[in-house]
Amino acid sequence: MNTRGLRSQLKDSVPVTGMGPQVGAYGVQDTLRSGFSSVKNELLPSHVLELSEKNFQLNQDKMNFSTLRNIQGLHAPLKLQMEYRAARQIQRLPFLQSSHLALDTLKGNDESISFEDILNDPAQSEMMGEPHIMVEYKLGMM
Amino acid sequence: LATHSLFLTMFLVFRNAVLETEVTKVGCRMPAARKTGTTIVGVVFKDGLVLGADTRATEGMIVADKNCSKIHYISPNIYCCGAGTAADTEMTTQIISSNLELHSLSTGRLPRVATANRMLKQMLFRYQGHIGAALVLGGMDCNGPHLYSIYPHGSTDKLPYVTMGSGSLAAMAVFEDRYKQDMEEEDAKRLVRDAIAAGIFNDLGSGSNIDLCVITKGRVDYLRPHDMANKKGVRTGSYKYKRGTTGVLTKTVTKLDLEVVEETIQTMDTS
Repeated sequence: MNTRGLRSQLKDSVPVTGMGPQVGAYGVQDTLRSGFSSVKNELLPSHVLELSEKNFQLNQDKMNFSTLRNIQGLHAPLKLQMEYRAARQIQRLPFLQSSHLALDTLKGNDESISFEDILNDPAQSEMMGEPHIMVEYKLGMM
Repeated sequence: LATHSLFLTMFLVFRNAVLETEVTKVGCRMPAARKTGTTIVGVVFKDGLVLGADTRATEGMIVADKNCSKIHYISPNIYCCGAGTAADTEMTTQIISSNLELHSLSTGRLPRVATANRMLKQMLFRYQGHIGAALVLGGMDCNGPHLYSIYPHGSTDKLPYVTMGSGSLAAMAVFEDRYKQDMEEEDAKRLVRDAIAAGIFNDLGSGSNIDLCVITKGRVDYLRPHDMANKKGVRTGSYKYKRGTTGVLTKTVTKLDLEVVEETIQTMDTS
């Protein structure tokens, strides 16, 4: 029961990267990297909960940070976000699986188990990114 | 941790959604989820509580499992009965059990039933009822016995006696008639047994045996099966035909000539 109209149900409204239409170097669909495109696939979500789940962690963080700001003042969320940013940079090369241990410990994810930990085990993934391309993409050389 | 696996999970969700629409055009049907059309109940008595469940799992109109276990372990002092989609109840209770174990290791105390209740309702509300799990959660903690019923959309009720599942009305009728406050353990067990039996005999979605779980301070009795209400009948006679019942008219014997073409011996490599 979404009373906010169709606009909020489009994938464009999600601030998470990778959900909207994939634009490449010249402003058109980057077919090499993200495959063929279809307007319906890009605009409408394929499940009622898709947008809600994409946004979930962001909304939780927003809520927690704003509560923290109201209770303890601006410095508290600011310091925490600075620590998150630093911890997020501790990772391996793009095509390898990083454990994100520091980030998980800061966020408290080391003390909970959810569907992300059970389903879609990266050790059982059938695809692997091409190492050279991925590193070049990350460094902005592509 | 989450972003990469989230994209691949979303890819699978998108693929499933496309399959659901396309598969009917080809003429096939999507596999039906196995439900537990069920009767599950819980009742609080003087020193603890009793949880009860039937043992039938249905797949549409067919009985998929005649003796499935619907009372799931959450923690040494908390157990949970599950009705609805069998996989959903199983996985949800296992996830909450793991989270509760981590939480209890972190606090260093025995987990409370209210904690399990809150974890379950927050998860079920997050998925807006798409996880089809209706649960009866009961346990004994430092504040006494507690019994909760949790609906798939995330609402909960804390009550002295609850029933869930397709046979809940039949079971609730028995409870409303005979429930009294501060019963003895044997009375409570008999009441639960009768309530589940009402569900088994009056609801097609419930059947087979009655499982009971009695939780008191420091002791959990998991009685499986407590009562075999629907034992399979024993055949009274043999229906096999005797040799010679059908007369033989003609008999032709054809010999198959098999000749040995090649014979090899392969020794095992035991080095």
